[in-house]
This record gives sequence, C-alpha cells and structure tokens, in this order.
Amino acid sequence: MTRSFRDLLVVMPAFNEEESVGEVVREVLAALPGAGCLVVDDGSRDRTAEVAAAAGATVAQLPFNLGVGGAMRFGFKHALLHGYRTVVQIDSDGQHNPVDVPKLLAGLEHADVVLGARFAGEGDYRVRGPRAWAMKLLSLFLSRTAGAKLTDTTSGYRASGPRAVALFAETYPAEYLGDTIESLVIAARAGLVVRQVPVAMRERSGGTPSHDPVKAAVYLGRAAIALVFAHLKPRARIEAVA
Amino acid sequence: MSPVAYVFSIVCAAVALLFAIDLLRRGRLRERHAIWWIVAGSLALLVAIFPVTLEWAASVIGAEVPTNLVFFVSIALLFGVALQLSSELTKHEEKIRTLAEAVAELELQVRRSQQAGEPRQASPVRSDAAATTRAPIAPRTERAPGETEQRLG
Repeated sequence: MTRSFRDLLVVMPAFNEEESVGEVVREVLAALPGAGCLVVDDGSRDRTAEVAAAAGATVAQLPFNLGVGGAMRFGFKHALLHGYRTVVQIDSDGQHNPVDVPKLLAGLEHADVVLGARFAGEGDYRVRGPRAWAMKLLSLFLSRTAGAKLTDTTSGYRASGPRAVALFAETYPAEYLGDTIESLVIAARAGLVVRQVPVAMRERSGGTPSHDPVKAAVYLGRAAIALVFAHLKPRARIEAVA
Repeated sequence: MSPVAYVFSIVCAAVALLFAIDLLRRGRLRERHAIWWIVAGSLALLVAIFPVTLEWAASVIGAEVPTNLVFFVSIALLFGVALQLSSELTKHEEKIRTLAEAVAELELQVRRSQQAGEPRQASPVRSDAAATTRAPIAPRTERAPGETEQRLG
C-alpha cells in the first residue's frame, strides 16, 4: 500500500495515558504514512506528552484538563490552522485499531462525519444489561436526527470531513457526553451527513464496561438531558468550505 | 412599629445601599452586577423610611400580608442575581477554554521554532502540514499557576 494520507490529521486526546499512548502513536504512523498525528495532552499529570513526542507525534499540551470534547475542539482548530482537510479521532488507550482508518475515510466520500461502530457486525465487542438498553435507546433517537441508521453513537472512533472540521472547530462541545451525543446532533442539525461503518474494537487495556444498573440509569438520564438540550440550542451554521 | 425598629430598619437599608455604591465607586463591582444590589438597597431604604409604600404596594398587588411581598421581591431578586452569575460563569468557562486552546497552539509553535533554530517566532503561521517535528517535552509535574513558562525551556 503506497497511499499517502497528507490531508489527514489523526487527533488523539490523551489524559494520563503514558502506558498506551506511545504504542498507539507508532501504530498510527505505521498504518497511515504521511498523516499528521497530533496527541492532545489534556492536562495529564504523568509522562504522556513525553512518551507521545518520543514516539513521533506532534504534541500539544492543554494547560489544564478540558475533557475529550475540549481536546477535540483544539484538534479541529489545529487542523484548520495547518490546512488538514480531514480529522480522525482515535483513543489513546489502544481500543481503536488505526488499520481501520481507511475504512472510515472511504465512508467520508459520501458523508461528513463517519462513526466507527462497534456493534455493526465486526469484532466481538459486547455490552449487556441496562447500559446496553441505554445505548440502544440513544441510537434510536440519534438515528432519527441523523436520518440514517446509527448503532453505536457513543463511539469515540470517528472521521470528520472538511465541512465537519470547520463546524466542529467552532462548536465542538466540552460538556459530559458532548463529544459523543451532542456533537452528532450539532452536525446533523447543521445539515451534515452522518453515517457509520462497522469496525472491530480491541479490548480496552483497563477494565470492562460497567454493568451497574444505577450507573446505567444515571448515564441514560444524563444522555437524555444532553440529547434534549442539544436539540433546543440554536442551529449551527457552516461556512462555505472549499 | 417602635421608634427603635424604625431607625434600625433605615440604618440597615442605608448601610447595604452605601456598601454597594462604595464597591461600585472603587471599581470593585461592575455596573451590570451592582445594579441589582442598588435596586434592592434603594427599595429597602424606601420601604424603611415610608412603610406605607409597602402597604400600598401590597394592596395594589393583592398580597394579604405585606411582609409576604417583601419575601417575594427578595427571593425574585436573589434568583435573578444567581441566574445571572451562573450565566456569566458559563461565559467565562468558554473564554478560558478558548484561551487554553490558543496557549496550547502557541506553545506548540514556539517549541517547533526553537527546534528549527529560530527562537522567538511564536506567531501561529501556517506551516507545512506534513512537517512533524519532534520535540523534547519536559515532564509535567504538579505546578502552581504562573509556573508554566518553565516548561518551554
């Protein structure tokens, strides 16, 4: 494969990920020759920035923790400033396999935002119980908003095309669940096309998803609030992107 | 109402009002925050000096017990102020977030420039997208605000 990914910026929000971030950066650089690899160190207290830089990533250090949404908006702004047309978000804990990025990019030919969906057939990622129902319900509502079937709306593995990058550089929310749920609503309501492609997820290095029903209920409640308020906000406008 | 209570209520209202005005005068309180406290202090002073105004207002609105009107207006005012403060806080969080992004970008540029052997060119100029420069980054330790410059060295 000799394809070059010059227009692509891989953004990896990282908060205290010194153990995994180096390996993920090396995988990204190997799988995506020519692509920019930006690690946004979100106020880590460990050696995340050092490890990422040593692995060959461009590292930006936020002066304090802003959350995934905060780190991502920085990534989108950085992409705009430096002329990258597409942004792919990859978690620095190693649960996303950079080898799948071309699949997401292929999806971008007919969409502005492409989610890497964990339940859409590939891989063996499973969540059971109340948390699964919560995620199902969310997917149902967000699929309606987006006008397309979305099965894994809380996926942090996603690609954004030029129109989405311009939109998100201004509006990417920093609130809890803002980076997953609300950002999709913002994109869909601004007229962007949101689609998903199936990807396999690797086991997260630390722990499994929680199956506590109380936590699941709280999660669903917060998600519902995020969803409702995302719809109540004024629509974002996208400026013309070449 | 006893003369003591009458004087006491006037003094309290006057002190509250003067305190707000003094803060405003010394630049410790901005107008848009001070306005509510000045309104509250003025109302309190008016009612303290002329208790009939409270009775009149209560009868106009239809409050059977005039004191209830006092409570209602006080709570409404506090509610308004609290809401205004929450809103300002949100605005400030957004501004701080934007500044943090700008700082991170500038810091990245400074590090790149220093690597390239041209120190002190920190403007966020468009650089080649493919140029990924490596940078030695100081380990981040617990630090107090204001110590951030040391990380750039």
